[in-house]
Amino acid sequence: MAEVSLRDVRKSYGDTAVIHGVDCAIADGEFLVVVGPSGCGKSTLLRMIAGLEVITGGEVSIGDRVVNELEPAERDIAMVFQNYALYPHMTVFDNMAYGLKIRKIPKAEIDTRVRKAAAILELDDDMLRRKPRQLSGGQRQRVAMGRAIVREPSVFLFDEPLSNLDAKLRVQMRIEIKKLQETLGITSVYVTHDQVEAMTLGHRLLVLNAGNVEQLGTPITLYERPASTFVAGFIGSPAMNLMPAAIGVDGASVALPGGVAFTLAFGAQNGEPGRPVTLGVRPEHFEVDDSGAITLTVTLVEQLGADTIVHGALGADEFDVTIRMRGVVTIAPGEKLSLTVPSEHIHVFDRETGKRLG
Amino acid sequence: MLKRVTFRNSWLPYLLVGPQIIITLVFFIWPASQALFQSVLIEDAFGLSSEFVWFDNFADVFGDPSYLASLQTTAVFSIATTALSLSTALLLAVMADRVIKGASAYKMALLLPYAVAPAVAGVLWLFMFNPANGILALTLKGLGYDWNHILNGGEAMLLVVIAAAWKQVAYNFLFFLAGLQAIPKSLIEAAAIDGAGPAKRFWTIIFPLLTPTTFFLLVVNVVYAFFDTFGIIHAVTGGGPYQSTEILVYKVYSDGFVGLDLGGSSAQSVVLMAIVIALTIFQFRYIERRVEY
Repeated sequence: MAEVSLRDVRKSYGDTAVIHGVDCAIADGEFLVVVGPSGCGKSTLLRMIAGLEVITGGEVSIGDRVVNELEPAERDIAMVFQNYALYPHMTVFDNMAYGLKIRKIPKAEIDTRVRKAAAILELDDDMLRRKPRQLSGGQRQRVAMGRAIVREPSVFLFDEPLSNLDAKLRVQMRIEIKKLQETLGITSVYVTHDQVEAMTLGHRLLVLNAGNVEQLGTPITLYERPASTFVAGFIGSPAMNLMPAAIGVDGASVALPGGVAFTLAFGAQNGEPGRPVTLGVRPEHFEVDDSGAITLTVTLVEQLGADTIVHGALGADEFDVTIRMRGVVTIAPGEKLSLTVPSEHIHVFDRETGKRLG
Repeated sequence: MLKRVTFRNSWLPYLLVGPQIIITLVFFIWPASQALFQSVLIEDAFGLSSEFVWFDNFADVFGDPSYLASLQTTAVFSIATTALSLSTALLLAVMADRVIKGASAYKMALLLPYAVAPAVAGVLWLFMFNPANGILALTLKGLGYDWNHILNGGEAMLLVVIAAAWKQVAYNFLFFLAGLQAIPKSLIEAAAIDGAGPAKRFWTIIFPLLTPTTFFLLVVNVVYAFFDTFGIIHAVTGGGPYQSTEILVYKVYSDGFVGLDLGGSSAQSVVLMAIVIALTIFQFRYIERRVEY
């Protein structure tokens, strides 16, 4: 058990900087998910915490120790790799016992700890005697988790552990990881590019974009108050509709190019009239209202059963918009919908910087 | 599955495999059968007539203390050569695996000895260890050690072992490097996180994963030391001093072509043939089964 803190952590390869200063304090027992598109530096960040990459600048500490100069083995961490990294020539038991044997833990205790971990992960005795190649993807995943658990480390690090599994197994393992982390209460850092995984697993999410922290917060904060257009577009599925707009002449409303104006919930403090902004509305926040000012021409309908996703063109300039309606809605392409959006669900971002206003 | 090719002309496939079959017949089957045939004959002193003697030649060979001594010499030579070349190659491969800058130049340099003919490799080492003016022999003399492989059998053996191993290091290096590069980096990282230091990682993870490569090279190197080192022995020591470096394949030559005991020499070469066949079968059986994990 330990808290992990990153203070202005930087990484560069020669002159190429890939992580531009990450600050983050992870509380003891917290589950932090680092999420971002591929190439954003999230795995590099994790590998710096693990000690597999040299930290170019800043400080990483685990517990009360600064670990910058410590070997991976001395950091009291365990890591689950994307390809599981099981030792192919050892049995499942030996895979899990390897770290303990190296730490010269008595044989009897190794046996107890491995069996305890195996029981938690529902790996039976027969499975413990097998070699990794005789296991399915999901079972290998469990062994990799087991190898991390038996060590009883202060910190768990996960590097996209579910990305090699099929969709169904991924959902199942996601739930198991969540339960396991809650039961064991071990501080965890989990890297993924999958926003659903990130939202469901993390106590807090760190959104990374091209080596910069876009936002750090709870899943709901990120959903309700995304700090930038990047976060707004990344978190939530289908993605938030982002439309070009401008602050109205009164400075307290925002107008789509088609002329439809919304009143800003946050007042006029940012509102110099005519300022170009990006207006964001989540698909699920559009409401069908016959008196609504927004007219949508439907172009495509996706029926998901629980929801209906409607794609359409908005206003005179036919801006593509996606809306999400509850349940089965019978609607055909070419029809027109009148919509409103409650003003508390309108997000306004600066057009230049992409940062949230208000 | 390999794709099956169908030929419209029935003679074309035979024409295509023809050259290979002819080469095998002329350079392997024919001399091998000649050796088999010769091994049961004994020639008179002038080579004018020969007599069928069943397996007398084999009985003579195995009853000959100098043959048994040569068998022992071969064992010492091949074990020493294999051990030296495998361990050196593994060490170099592990180091080359870590090199990032100029890796290809480094690998190229390590591969060069393989292109050197055995006799030339032998002569190179012979020059360096020449007791009168060889640079290494003189260096040793400077250090107070009087190197003379022309008189000292142990030193002669050491010299041919070094020359033979040096030539084979390049080949082994190539296979070890390929084997090392096939091991996923994440395995090594996982072991590092599990607390294993570099030496521990090598012996518990890397080396076991190299087992198939090592096994393959072990057989290849033993076969090399048995059969392909004739040129080195011939150029460096000529089997001497006092037969101390006379390995089996060299004894076949010296008994047959120098001593003109064709029957005895053929019997020896049949024994060698049996050894290489056994080694090959051994290797194929294991390669088919694979050292699996």
